[in-house]
This record gives sequence, structure tokens and C-alpha cells, in this order.
Amino acid sequence: MNDTAPESISSPLILLEGITKVYGSGPAAVHALKGVDLKIDKGEFVAVMGPSGSGKSTCMNILGCLDTPTAGAYRFKGVDVGGLSRDQRALLRRNFLGFVFQGFNLLSRTSALENVELPLIYRGVPAGERHAKARDALKAVGLEGWEFHTPAELSGGQQQRVAMARAMVIEPEVLMADEPTGNLDSTKGREIMDLLCSFNTERGVTIVMVTHDPGMAGYAGRIIQFLDGLIDSEGPGRRHAS
Amino acid sequence: MIWETVVLALRAIRRNVLRSFLTVLGIVIGVAAVITMVTLGDGATEQVRADISSLGSNMLQVRPGQGFRGPGGVRMSAERFKISDAQAIQREIAGLKAVAPLSDQSAQAISGNRNWSTSVMGSTNDYLVVRDWPLENGRVFTGAELNSGSAVCILGATVAKELFGDQDPLGAFIRLDRLSCQVVGVLASKGQSSFGQDQDDLVMVPLRTMQRRIAGNTDVKAVMVSAMDGVSTEMIREDIEGLMRERRRISAGQDDDFHVRDMQEIVSTLTSTTRVLTTLLGAVAAVSLLVGGIGIMNIMLVSVTERTREIGTRLAIGAREGEVLMQFLIEAVVLSSLGGLFGIALGLGAAALGAHLLGMPFVLNPGIVVLAFVFSASVGVVFGFFPARRAARMDPIEALRHE
Ligand SMILES: Nc1ncnc2c1ncn2[C@@H]1O[C@H](COP(=O)(O)OP(=O)(O)OP(=O)(O)O)[C@@H](O)[C@H]1O
Ligand SMILES: [Mg+2]
Repeated sequence: MNDTAPESISSPLILLEGITKVYGSGPAAVHALKGVDLKIDKGEFVAVMGPSGSGKSTCMNILGCLDTPTAGAYRFKGVDVGGLSRDQRALLRRNFLGFVFQGFNLLSRTSALENVELPLIYRGVPAGERHAKARDALKAVGLEGWEFHTPAELSGGQQQRVAMARAMVIEPEVLMADEPTGNLDSTKGREIMDLLCSFNTERGVTIVMVTHDPGMAGYAGRIIQFLDGLIDSEGPGRRHAS
Repeated sequence: MIWETVVLALRAIRRNVLRSFLTVLGIVIGVAAVITMVTLGDGATEQVRADISSLGSNMLQVRPGQGFRGPGGVRMSAERFKISDAQAIQREIAGLKAVAPLSDQSAQAISGNRNWSTSVMGSTNDYLVVRDWPLENGRVFTGAELNSGSAVCILGATVAKELFGDQDPLGAFIRLDRLSCQVVGVLASKGQSSFGQDQDDLVMVPLRTMQRRIAGNTDVKAVMVSAMDGVSTEMIREDIEGLMRERRRISAGQDDDFHVRDMQEIVSTLTSTTRVLTTLLGAVAAVSLLVGGIGIMNIMLVSVTERTREIGTRLAIGAREGEVLMQFLIEAVVLSSLGGLFGIALGLGAAALGAHLLGMPFVLNPGIVVLAFVFSASVGVVFGFFPARRAARMDPIEALRHE
């Protein structure tokens, strides 16, 4: 990827400047984001909180290069994402970003293993290596033995972990998770959080996570509060050590 | 990467077994229907052509009355032919191979306790020459029998079978209405005519016998002639028309009260009829092709939501638009050509079977095979590919949110 340019020491991993997002137009227009400025450094674990409808998911989708902002600049590793073509953004997602959706978005009627293999296929990883990596990723999320089950045969928590394995299998620099514990009970939620923490501490993966649960947010190093399309406040999480 | 895309496409086919199956089925039905119908239609046309040439395409028939052309009723008043008319044709017209006056009517043929209703045909041996009809057994009439009107007959294959079964009818006596006559020959079987008539259902007697001892008059119902090879039937027809107008004293400007039917004319009428039939069958088949196409379209459109979400997922994990499109294109092409090939195999198989059962020739029309294949394959590709293309051009999040 020559387009994602020299990683300059000075530029942060993620830099949002004056990001706005407007859905629709005219009197019915919804201003989901009203000028968000945000900086995230490599290796951080950031939790995003805020009331429903405050723009958290909208912001995450822009961060994940899944959606384009109406105005403002997004720099990823110093590169202006707004200036990239669709295909270049696809390559950005392919090589650097892991995204875990609130609704998982696994392919139905497809085994867990094949779901996890999918991003590797697009990366052109040869079959043997692909299988091995996908198995390892499933093992890492505690789904050894569930490789050949389809999403319909898995519990919500298990599907969540398959989605996590799929995001992690490419060893991304950033993992973005939109309410990863949203539909789980607190025990299952804690398992997921432990997993995220281990990715962050052991593999140095930068993590951005949306959650409604202050307990879950407590795992993060930094907590960002959204309110009505703007970042309202920022504060340290429990793990904010140094 | 192309190979990986093929793998993805094959996986998608395997994953969506039902959808894939229905798509293939739609194409199979459409293609098979068109190929079967058109092939059978062509076979029928070919058969009619062959049948008619077996009837004798260099044959003409002269009958009193105005034939199909004039308004009904006129025929009744037309003066009958006599033997002298046939003799005049024989004498005056050049280029003829044989001239056979004939007179026929229906009669009961009885042998022992067997009874068969058939038609009795009074004519000369020339009738067999005109019709190019060999004997299976026995002999034709002798000159003496023809002149004296003897009570002898030649049986058509059907009558021989109905009256005598496996026994040899030669030398036996049968009754034709009140006349008892001896069987001297049996005709070879000609089978069904293209009009659906059993040509073998007749008994031949000398014309005199027919006139004197069965019909009780001296009428000749028709004269059949056959042209020598290489002589135009059109010319002979004109010559006969001129001769008959003269003999029947029809002045210029007056309509003929007889008609000459040229088999060549019937051939073209009939082949154009079967061509209409083929077109009709083709139209029916085209409808089934269309219905198959609509079926494919429905399946594809119904699954658009699911496909759009799937495409969103693929885009979100880093697939490029082109890769997604290639995958769906390959999927559509594989399914469509699979369906097309099955359809061709099934269609040709059904057509071959149908032709065999109906005793028709199997006529392969490669044009229609290609056409049917291309049409349904395009339906599959277009409706498989275009919804995918729309989805692949969206932002991933938009595709994922699709409802
Ligand atoms: N596709 C869309 N079209 C129109 N409006 C939208 C769309 N997506 C989001 N919005 C609007 O944008 C605003 C922010 O939505 P967003 O999904 O970012 O909220 P959120 O903070 O994630 O809420 P929640 O906690 O409930 O998930 C909402 O008012 C929502 O109605
Ligand atoms: Mg949300």
C-alpha cells in the first residue's frame, strides 16, 4: 500500500478534524455529527459512550472507512482518507482495520471457519496458511471445536466472538467494535472485554469501542462522551495507569 | 486472485443451494422447452415433406367440380368423367408416365365371419404405377380381367390383416357388398398418409367391375396421372386443363367445372401448415422461456436484500468493488451455463424421444439451441449480476443497512 504513505512520527494514528455528517437534506435533514475533533494514538484503548442517537455509530462507521463524512478531514496514519478512491479505502480496511458490528454481519449458512477466512481470501493468503490462521483466531476467542458450525447454530456470544475472530485474523492495527457486549449478559460481556484487553495489551492493537455500559467502558484507557453529535467530554478509564 | 474469486463464487453457489437450484431449474425448463418444441416441429415438417414425396410428387389428380376453389354446391352439378376422358388424356397429353381413371366408394368387405368396412377402388394397373405402389404378394390384374370386369380384387395391407389375420388371402373369396370376388394380390403397406389416413385401408378391383357390378354406373370419379421424370407438372396441368375445357365445351371466360390438383401444390400447402405449427410450438416454447426467465428474475430479486447485505459485509472487510462484481458475475455465469447445458441435454433428449415415439425424423436446429441458451443465460447473468452491481457501488454501511 503505497497510498497509505510514510508513517510520520508526528502524526497520530487517527485524527478527526471538524467531522460532520448530515443524513438527508432540506428541513428533514438529520445532523448526526456536528463537527467532531478526535485524536487517537497507536496502542490506545478508547471507549465511546453517550446517549442513544448521539452519533456514536455514525462516528465509528466513518472511522472504519465504511461511510464518508459530509465535511471535515479524517487522517489515518497521516493520510487523508477523504482523498482516497473507493478501492483504496477498501484496501485500507483490508490491511489495517478490523471492524466488529453490533449486528455481527456474519455470512449466513457459512461455517465459522469460512467466515473468519473471508478477509484472508481477499488478502490473497494461500489456502493452507488461511485455514491455519483462521483456526488460530477462532481458538484465541475460545471457539475451538466450533469451526464448522454456521452462525444459525451459534449463540449470540459465540457469533460475537466469531465476528471478533474475523476482525482479528488479519492482525489489524485498529480494532473497532460497535457495542460488542450490547446483547450479552454481564458474564459473557466480561469475557469479550477480557479478549479485547488481551488484544490491546498483548498484541498492541489499538481499540475503539462503543458501549452503553460504564462497567465495560471501565476497561478502556480513555472514555469519550458523545452528546448530540459532538464530543461532550473526555476522561480516563480505570486502566489509565501511566 | 481470479482463482480465489472463482472459489468464492463456487462457495456462494454451494451456500445458496436452493437459490442456485431454482435459478438453474428456470433456465433448464426454458431452454429444454424451446429446443424440444422447435425440434419436434421441424421433425414434423420434415416428415410431411417425406410423406408427400412418398405419395408421389409428380402426380396430378383431375376431378370434376371446382375443388377447393369454387363456392360449395357447384361441384354437385358438374358433369362426371367417363373412361373416354382418361383415354383422351392418355392420347393427347405428352410426357405422362401413366394415366389411371378411378372410381371409389365405401363397402363392407366380408370373409367368413369377419367383416370390415373399407373403400373399394376401381381402377387399372396404372393406378399402382401412378402411386408407385408395389405388390407384397400375388399379381396385378390381367388384361382380360380388366376388359371383362371380372370378380377379382387386390387387398390393401390393412384389409388383408383385418379379414385374414396371419392367413394367406391369395385365392380366397371375399364379398364386397353383394359381389363375391377372388383375391389375386396383396399390396405392400404404405402406412399413414400425412393427412392421417390409413392408405392401406382399401380393396382394388378392375374399373369395369366397379362400374358394372358395384356402383352400377359408368362414372369415373377422378383421373390420376403421373408425369415422366423431368417433365414439369405445371405444364402437364395446363395441357390437361386445355384438353378438358375443350372436351367439356367450356367457352372462354367461363369457369372450369373440373379441377386439376397438383401434388406439388399440396406439398407447399402442407409444409407451410406445418411451418405455422412449428412457429406456434416455438411461440409456446418462447412463453415457457419467458416464464423461466421471470422465475429466475424473481429468485434473484427476492434475494437482493440478502445479497446486498452480504455484499456490504464483503466490502466492509476489504473486498474491492471489482472483486465482488467478478464473484457475482462468475456465480451467475456458472449457474446460467450449467442450466443452459442441462437444458440443451434435456431438450435434445426429450426431442429425440418424442421423435422416436411419434415416428418422426429428428431434425437438429443448431440456431434455436444457441438462441435458447443465449437468452436464458443472459437472463441469469443480467438478473444475477445487476442487483449485485448496484450493491457493490454503495458505501459498505449503506449496503449493510439495506432493507
Ligand atoms: N442512515 C441514516 N439515515 C438517516 N438518519 C440516520 C441514519 N443513521 C443514523 N441516523 C441518525 O443519526 C443520528 C445518530 O445516529 P447513530 O446511529 O450514530 O446514533 P448512536 O449514538 O449510535 O445511537 P445508539 O446508541 O442508539 O446506537 C440519529 O438521530 C439517527 O436517527
Ligand atoms: Mg449505535
